[in-house]
Amino acid sequence: MLRLEKRPTPSKFWLYATPVVAVLLTMIAGGILFGLLGKNPVAVIRTIFWDPLFGEFAFYLRGQLLVKAGPLILIAIGLSLGFRAGIWNIGAEGQYIMGAICGAGVALALYPTESRLVFPLAILAGALGGWAWAMIPAILKTRFNTNEILVSLMLVYVAETILAKASTGFLRNPEGAGFPGSRSFSSYTAASNPELIAGSGLHWGGVAALATGVAAYVLLSRHILGFQIKLAGQAPRAARFHGVNPERLVLLCMGLSGALAGLAGLFEVTGPAGKISIDFNVGYGFTAIIVAFLGRLNPLGIVLAGFLMALTYVGGEMAATNMGLPSAAIQVFQGMLLFFLLGVDVLTNYRIRSALMGAR
Amino acid sequence: MLRRTLMTTAALGLGLALTGGAALAAGMDHVKACFVYVGPIGDGGWTYQHHQGALAVQEAFGDKVEVQWQESVPEGADAERVLTQMALGGCNIIFTTSFGYMDPTNAVAAKFPDVKFEHATGFMRNSENVSTYNARFYEGRAVQGTIAGRMTKSNKIGYIASFPIPEVVMGINSYYLHAKKVNPDVELSVVWAYTWFDPAKEADAAKALIDQGVDVIASHTDSTAPLAEAAKTNGAVIGFGQASDMAEYKDGPRVSSIIDNWAPYYVKRVGALLDGSYAQADAWEGIAGGEVGIGEITAAVPAEVKAEAEAMRDAIAAGTYHPFTGPINKQDGSAWLAEGQTAPDGDLLGMDFYVEGITGDIPK
Repeated sequence: MLRLEKRPTPSKFWLYATPVVAVLLTMIAGGILFGLLGKNPVAVIRTIFWDPLFGEFAFYLRGQLLVKAGPLILIAIGLSLGFRAGIWNIGAEGQYIMGAICGAGVALALYPTESRLVFPLAILAGALGGWAWAMIPAILKTRFNTNEILVSLMLVYVAETILAKASTGFLRNPEGAGFPGSRSFSSYTAASNPELIAGSGLHWGGVAALATGVAAYVLLSRHILGFQIKLAGQAPRAARFHGVNPERLVLLCMGLSGALAGLAGLFEVTGPAGKISIDFNVGYGFTAIIVAFLGRLNPLGIVLAGFLMALTYVGGEMAATNMGLPSAAIQVFQGMLLFFLLGVDVLTNYRIRSALMGAR
Repeated sequence: MLRRTLMTTAALGLGLALTGGAALAAGMDHVKACFVYVGPIGDGGWTYQHHQGALAVQEAFGDKVEVQWQESVPEGADAERVLTQMALGGCNIIFTTSFGYMDPTNAVAAKFPDVKFEHATGFMRNSENVSTYNARFYEGRAVQGTIAGRMTKSNKIGYIASFPIPEVVMGINSYYLHAKKVNPDVELSVVWAYTWFDPAKEADAAKALIDQGVDVIASHTDSTAPLAEAAKTNGAVIGFGQASDMAEYKDGPRVSSIIDNWAPYYVKRVGALLDGSYAQADAWEGIAGGEVGIGEITAAVPAEVKAEAEAMRDAIAAGTYHPFTGPINKQDGSAWLAEGQTAPDGDLLGMDFYVEGITGDIPK
């Protein structure tokens, strides 16, 4: 018989070993899944994890990793701050959408002004849009003690409806012959967010993601707010005695994660996506939750986790196309990652004891 | 990236010149045909039918073609990457099978002039290697409308619409006009689902229509969920197979269907690439060309209604009847088509208005 015994303090070893073990277990279980689907498991795993980095088309795909990882990292870092303090913003997807709509709306309102100020203004509007959308669950929580998980999640669907309205209505391209979707940002230079170095996949969103990673690291290790966030999560009562205002913390963490999600949306809509369309959001806000946990809620860990997740997307697409795998198999593979991560995570706080050995 | 792309393209071109001899005009010995799908192949509707077309290509040419596909590709930045990967991976012709792939298709096509791109249901052909193709689904809607108008007992018929684009508006208008023609009391309710494939949302839309008293439902989304919802009413509500025959509901609510048959077009285009006769095109075939099929009308439909619907189908196929033949007014009462006038294709492809008699607004 095996039983779990709570550790007196979380294991440092397992804290860092968990993501690695989870990735390995995912590869093994995924390999079995691919094998059952009649594919060569080794070849599939190699296509997913190796080919995008070092394969024949790596020169193109490496840049695509950054395109995919950028928004994930940006959103996940914002979420991780709240998660550390026990504030659960699950609605980053909605904040991402609203940031994109507000930012794109401001930029398109100024069309065709070719001024250097258009893009910075759009960035500001994007951050504000995401912030404002996150403030709804935050204020409801501080005022009426509603559950921020439910409210922020439900607001994703509201945001999706507004997105549909925007692309078929108030942001629709007036020269688009009645088809849904806004004007394309690639043909509006002042507001577009192109690749900064050709072939690198790096656009301003990637720059912002990496800078935010560093800033969050400094915030958590050097700043009083970072200390308060950590304290509120680990010992809420102690935090209260320490003068931490929990309501202020909710507003700050929700606001910050909302603003970062909004920024991610703005950089995406003006860059890779290129325009507001009905299907603009592809789940970055939800995937970022996995990324945040995979990165141990640590800013530098999240940067690595973002790239790993991007790898499963880009490599997964290649595996799907080249080896005829159903897209659902790739999604299952990605889901396994979170499953094993949470499963193995038990070992951080508990150790496995054989009941016989531990018998009194 | 541009440099590397150019080098790769040059290398591909060189390889082609070496193996294929006198390049394109003489055709190709081997074609890699690739397909990008918006939903899963198992949707039982739109994507399933495109995949049937892809399999038909394999069947028709055997060893001379290699077929590749990717399902559930989001319409946006991801599509651009998938297309680039396919082009880099040696696809000679890429079929992008949803409206939302229009911009990515044209963007990637500009970078790979030697690869042929075929975009379904779009209108943008920015470079010479982009063709577009579509089917005249509104012809099938005319047959459905006829059945709906005759079959409804509550005089309320419904339509689950996806997105307010001309393609969909065209279908709604055709459906309504032909229901109204056989049943002047008919009223149409439209629900906008804002999705091509989302069984839960499609089922909700069907429920909403049934709650309003609708007893005939047509849908413009890709799954079988609306039929599954209608099946729960024990025969009180009927519906149609959409995009695919959806024959598994034949004993239940499905009384007929519109079947998209892409196989002839896909075989023709890949064949043209093989024999060297390929040229840029803008294809829009209907019942006559075999791209739009009317699925078996079941015994739930009285014989005389069935005969009437089949006569409609045959008249359209023979070219003696156009589903949009005047006099037809727009919703606001202004004239659109005069007596005997048929709708020009341009009007249909940009259709952003309801015809007279439909209540409600197209979402703006």
